[in-house]
Amino acid sequence: MRFKIEARPQPSARMAYLSPLIAVGLTLFTGLILSTLVGTNPLDAFYAFFIAPIDDWYGLGELGVKAAPLMLIAVGLAIGFRANIWNIGAEGQLAVGAICGGGLALWFYESSSVFLLPAMIVAGCIGGMLWSSIPAFLRTRFNTNEILVSLMLNYVAVLILSYLVHDPWRDPSGFNFPESRLFTDAASLPIILDGTRLHAGFIIALLVVALGWVFVRKSFVGYKMQVVGMADSAALYAGFRRKHMVWIGLLAGGGAAGIAGISEVAGPIGQLLPSVSPGYGYAAIIVAFVGRLHPVGILFASLLMSLLYLGGESAQMLLGLPSAVTGVFQGVLLFFLLAADLFINYRIRREPAVSPIVAATAADTEVTP
Amino acid sequence: MMTTNRMFLIAFTVSLLAACGQKDAAEPDASDAGDASRLKVGFVYVTPISDAGWTHQHDLGRLQMEDSLGDQVETKYIENVPEGAEAERVIRQFAADGFDLVFTTSFGYMNPTIKVAEMFPDTTFEHATGYKSAANVGTYVARFYEGRYLSGIVAGKMTKSNVAGYVAAFPIPEVLRGINAFTLGMRSVNPDAEVKVIWTNSWFDPGREREAADVLITQGADIVTHHTDSTAAVQAAEEKGVYAIGYHSDMSRYGETAHLTAVTHHWGDFYTRRAQEVLDGSWSSQNVWGGIKEGMIRLAPLNDAVPADVAALVAEKEAAIRSGDLHPFSGPISNQDGEELVAPGTTMSDEDLQKMEWYVEGVQGKLPR
Repeated sequence: MRFKIEARPQPSARMAYLSPLIAVGLTLFTGLILSTLVGTNPLDAFYAFFIAPIDDWYGLGELGVKAAPLMLIAVGLAIGFRANIWNIGAEGQLAVGAICGGGLALWFYESSSVFLLPAMIVAGCIGGMLWSSIPAFLRTRFNTNEILVSLMLNYVAVLILSYLVHDPWRDPSGFNFPESRLFTDAASLPIILDGTRLHAGFIIALLVVALGWVFVRKSFVGYKMQVVGMADSAALYAGFRRKHMVWIGLLAGGGAAGIAGISEVAGPIGQLLPSVSPGYGYAAIIVAFVGRLHPVGILFASLLMSLLYLGGESAQMLLGLPSAVTGVFQGVLLFFLLAADLFINYRIRREPAVSPIVAATAADTEVTP
Repeated sequence: MMTTNRMFLIAFTVSLLAACGQKDAAEPDASDAGDASRLKVGFVYVTPISDAGWTHQHDLGRLQMEDSLGDQVETKYIENVPEGAEAERVIRQFAADGFDLVFTTSFGYMNPTIKVAEMFPDTTFEHATGYKSAANVGTYVARFYEGRYLSGIVAGKMTKSNVAGYVAAFPIPEVLRGINAFTLGMRSVNPDAEVKVIWTNSWFDPGREREAADVLITQGADIVTHHTDSTAAVQAAEEKGVYAIGYHSDMSRYGETAHLTAVTHHWGDFYTRRAQEVLDGSWSSQNVWGGIKEGMIRLAPLNDAVPADVAALVAEKEAAIRSGDLHPFSGPISNQDGEELVAPGTTMSDEDLQKMEWYVEGVQGKLPR
C-alpha cells in the first residue's frame, strides 16, 4: 500500500476554507511541542500567547489598534494582487499618507475645525495614491517592474519623512529631537471604546474592508481584474485594458496604505516620528495571502496576525520567552499555510500494493508537487 | 462588562484544558509573581538583548540590580519594542500588571511613558534620554561625550592618516555631542586630525553599518568608531587592518587587534539605587545626567598597541574629568565655519549641550537636515 499525490480535477473549495484552519491547528501543535522542549508548560504558553493578551477590554482594543492598519493595507493590496499587480510599496505609501495628513495637522495647528480630521484622512489617502501612481505610471508608460519601483520608493518615502521631522516640522520646543509637535484634539482620531486606545481608524478600516468586498465580489471592474489575474490572454481577448487594471491595482493599495498611515499618526502615535510603522506595509503582504486575497479572509487574518504580535509580548512578560518566539510562530504559521494550500489543488490517494516493475513506471509519472 | 468578558475567556480556557484531558491542571495564573512585598521592576528594550550594544548594557544593569537587591526585587523585561504606537501598550501592560517601577530605555518611549504615567500615578517610571518628566517620571541619561572625548585622545595619538571615520545613526543632539567630543579630544592631541561621518538612519542595521565603515576606510580613515548598535564597524576595521573604537559595550572580542578601546555604559549602580529608593519610599522625580564621575561611563581596557605614554595621558585626562577640572566642551570651540561659539574660559551649559545641533571644526561634511 502506498500514497500518491495527484492533481485534483478542479481546486477543492472545501480545502480552500479548511487550509487556514489546518494551518492554525498545526501551528498550535508545533507550539505545544516547542514549549515543552524549552521547558515551559504548553498550557501556560497557550494561555500567554492567545488568552492573556485579550482577556480584558484594553487587550481587545489593542487587538483592533494593531489589526486596523494591517487589514486596511492588505485589502488594498489584495485588489492589485488578484490581478497579478505586485505592489510591495505599502510601507512607503503609508509614510507618504502620514506625511500628507500629518502635514495638514501641523499646518492648521491652531485650527479646531471639525473638518480638519476628515481633510487629513482624505489628504493621507491622496498622498498614498500619489506615491503608488509613480510605479503605476512607470509600469504603464515604460513597462518597468512595479515590484522593484514600489519597493525602492519605500526607502525614499521614509527618508522624506525623516528629513521633515529632523528639520522643517521639528517640534520647536523639543530640544532638537526629531519629532513633530503632538497633534491637537481636533487633529486626533477619537477613541471609540473608553479606557482603551481603540480609535475611529478601526471603523474606517472596517468600512474599507466592506468596500473592498463590494468591489471584489459585486463590481464589474473587480471581476475584470480577477480575470486578468487568472488568465491574462483571455482578458486581453475580451478587450479588458491591462493598463487600467495596473492603475486601479496600485491606486487601491496606495490609497488604503495612505489612510493607514494617517490613522496611525492621528491615532495611537499622535505626532509625526521618523518611523511611524513597525513594518505594517510588509506584514500586510502576509496578511493578504493568509486571508486568501479575500476581504473577509483578510479581516480574520489581520486579527490573527495582531494576536500573534500581542501574544509574543505577553509571552515575554509572563514566561520570559525571547521576542524571537513571535517570529518563529509567524514563520511556522506561514509554512503550514503554504503546505496546507497544496491540498487545494492536489489530493492524497491511497493505492493498493503493486509489483515492483509497475511501481517503477508509476513513480515516473507521479506528480511531484 | 469587563468581568463578563473575562469570565467568558476563563470558561473558554478551562474548557480547552478539559479538552486536553488535563482536568487537574490549574488555571495558569497570569500574576504568579510571588509574594507581594517584592518590588516588581519592568524594563522596556528597543532591540533584542544580543551580545553587545545599547540594550545589552541596560540588561547588564538589570542583572546587577537583581544581584545586589536579591529577594527584594523581581524583574521582567520586554525586548525589541518598536518606538511609536507599540510602546504605549507594553509600558501600560507593566503598570497594569502591578509593576512598581518601570524603566523605559529609549528616547522614542518618552511620550508613551508620560501618557501611561498619567493613567497610573502610583507607578514609578524612569525614562532614558528624554526631556519630559512628571511627578512619577524621572529621566536619566549618561554623559557619553566624556568617554567620547577620552577615546578621541586615543584616536588622535594612534592615527597615521589623521582621518577618523564615524558611523552614526541619527543627527540628534546626543549623537552630535558624541561626534563633537570625539573630534575635540582627537584634535586636542593632533590638531591636523579630521573626522568623517556617515549616517545610517537606523540604530541597528549591521549591513548598512558595515558598508558605511568600509566606505570610511576607503576614504582614508585608519580609525573607525560608531554610534550605532551593532559590532559591524569594529569587525570591518579588524578585517581591513585598521583601528576601531567600540561603543556601548567592550567589543574587543569582535576585533582583537583593531579594538583600541570602547566607550562603555554602566547602568547597574543607577538601577540599584533607584530601585532601593522606591523600596525605601524615598524616590523622587529627578533628571539624572551622570558621567565618568558617577561611574555611568567608562573606557574599556586599552589595547596593547596603545603606548604607555598615551595610556598615561588618557588616565590623566580621565582623572581631570572626574574631578571636574576638565570639561570637553570648554572654550574656545569653533564651528565648521571657524566661527567661535564657545569663548575661551567658558563652558557650554547643560541646556545648550542638550540642544546641540552643529559640528565643531574638524568634522568633515555638512550636517544633514
